[in-house]
Amino acid sequence: MENKIIVKLQNIAVDYDGERVLNNINLDIMDKEFITFLGPSGCGKTTTLRIIGGFQAPVEGDVFFDGKRINDLPPYKRQVNTVFQRYALFPHLNVYENVEFGLKISKLPEKERHIRVLEALELVNLKNYDKRRINQLSGGQQQRVAIARAIVNRPKVLLLDEPLGALDLKLRKEMQTELKRIQQSLGITFVYVTHDQEEALTMSDRVVVMKDGDILQIGTPQDIYNEPVNAFVADFIGESNIIDGLMHKDYLVEFCNDYFDCVDKGFEPMEQVQVVIRPEDIKIVKPEGAKLSGLVESITFKGVHYEIIVNSLSHNWIIHSTQSVEVGSLIGMEVTPEDIHIMKRMEEE
Amino acid sequence: MKKSSLFSLPYIVWSFIFVVIPMLLVIVFAFTTTDGQFTIENISQVSTYTPVFVRSIWLAFLSTVICLILGYPMAFIMSRALPYNRRTLVMLIMLPMWINFLLRTFAWMTLLENNGVINSLITMLGFKPLRMINTQGAVILGMVYNYLPFMIMPLYSVMTKIDNSVIEAAQDLGASSINTFVRVIIPLSLPGITTGITMVFIPAISTFIISRMLGGGSNMLIGDLIDTKFLGNAYNPNLGSAISLVLMVFVLLFMSVLNQFDTSEEKEGMVI
Repeated sequence: MENKIIVKLQNIAVDYDGERVLNNINLDIMDKEFITFLGPSGCGKTTTLRIIGGFQAPVEGDVFFDGKRINDLPPYKRQVNTVFQRYALFPHLNVYENVEFGLKISKLPEKERHIRVLEALELVNLKNYDKRRINQLSGGQQQRVAIARAIVNRPKVLLLDEPLGALDLKLRKEMQTELKRIQQSLGITFVYVTHDQEEALTMSDRVVVMKDGDILQIGTPQDIYNEPVNAFVADFIGESNIIDGLMHKDYLVEFCNDYFDCVDKGFEPMEQVQVVIRPEDIKIVKPEGAKLSGLVESITFKGVHYEIIVNSLSHNWIIHSTQSVEVGSLIGMEVTPEDIHIMKRMEEE
Repeated sequence: MKKSSLFSLPYIVWSFIFVVIPMLLVIVFAFTTTDGQFTIENISQVSTYTPVFVRSIWLAFLSTVICLILGYPMAFIMSRALPYNRRTLVMLIMLPMWINFLLRTFAWMTLLENNGVINSLITMLGFKPLRMINTQGAVILGMVYNYLPFMIMPLYSVMTKIDNSVIEAAQDLGASSINTFVRVIIPLSLPGITTGITMVFIPAISTFIISRMLGGGSNMLIGDLIDTKFLGNAYNPNLGSAISLVLMVFVLLFMSVLNQFDTSEEKEGMVI
């Protein structure tokens, strides 16, 4: 990936109905990267996207595109295109005319328009659909038209606002791969908005986790998954066991009435912390001699693994394991120091 | 007989008695003499009233154009307003229609009269009084005033269905405000435009009370002409029927031409 910044958001703040929906957002989006804004609904991810698209003006802060400040540039003059949440295709035009729309506006000659429209339709696998009316298409096909209509203009940045939200699971998985392929073959920046953590982890080069108008963490999918900055991120990105703990000193944490070695440091002595352990990082062992043990509450077959709920010291632990255990039996649990993640305590809301 | 068609029976009976039979009577009258003999004399006589037809069409056309110019932006603003403001605006448009149309037209008479409210105000300010009543302008004013809601409402109902994201999509694809308007908003509101035109032009072309009250004797329209043939001193129901028939044929032609512009499959907002 090149290290050129294509979009820069600087101290962006947005109010909506007197309420702050974006707080001092700072973000550099690199050229040709696939970056995803991830967060629960109402976290400000769509608002951030609309600021880049020009549909929303920030009350504070600046937006830069390719080094130039574009705060006051209307949407139609920006070199970005958007794939809208509910596609927003033009119902009065057919597939071909929809894709051609942007090129017609930019007054490209008919011949070149024709070549580019067919190219775009081929890229999204809708080669022979050009004469179809929009209402004759399935959701997945409309989605592809929306993508073709945006990319045909060869934007430097493509904004995608939960584009797969309305599709069923199987189609969504297919489209994820498809989108990644399109992004790589075009070599342009994709800014993607989703609330689906799996989607974010699968497709992105970098993920921006947002909550209540703040950016909590920016990093590669691996970073976000393995080193979440706080319990919220950990919980949002996949399932987690979150336990209150006490950090005695560097590399030593107390939780569940026992002491554990860990790899984290830099906390105050005796600081209250939260301990995050991924369900798949817990090993089932014999109860004798194990630091953690508990009774199996339930076991559910999930295909690749079993999801086991274990009650230990009135806390319910989630374990993902390929090993089956009896409900009601006593088991021991083992965690390696590398799999114990220590987080600063979050303010409870 | 299916259940659903059974429920429609009362209306079918109603429309047969009050729509189909009168229609047939008009046709029979138009092609017969007072003695009941077949003739095309009545139809050919209609051509002597060409100036009245031309005037009616012209005034109805002007009124429709003015309604469209006034109503289109209004409908668009309403459709984009916040829900609360929307309700207020719809209320403001509908409010005058709660009062009988004759009363409202009478009100215009007192306003426009030579010694009416407007002229007293003008003379009080030291200007010469205007001649407003009994002019074509007054007839157009009356028609626009009465039929404007019929233009706005179908436009509004079609425009509320235009998703904001479609407008944003057009802007996103490089369309300026004017381009967005011409390439997206107008085509998508076309069903409302055709319905609005139909709902203003057709009552306007056959209006008779507005022209009589505000236009005086010199601005006779088709409606007034038909009226005189049935109720006036020029009693001639056969000729009156012939004029009505010609008017109906004209309206039908006009509608079929208008429908050519409405290419959408659903015919949204189509009432007639």
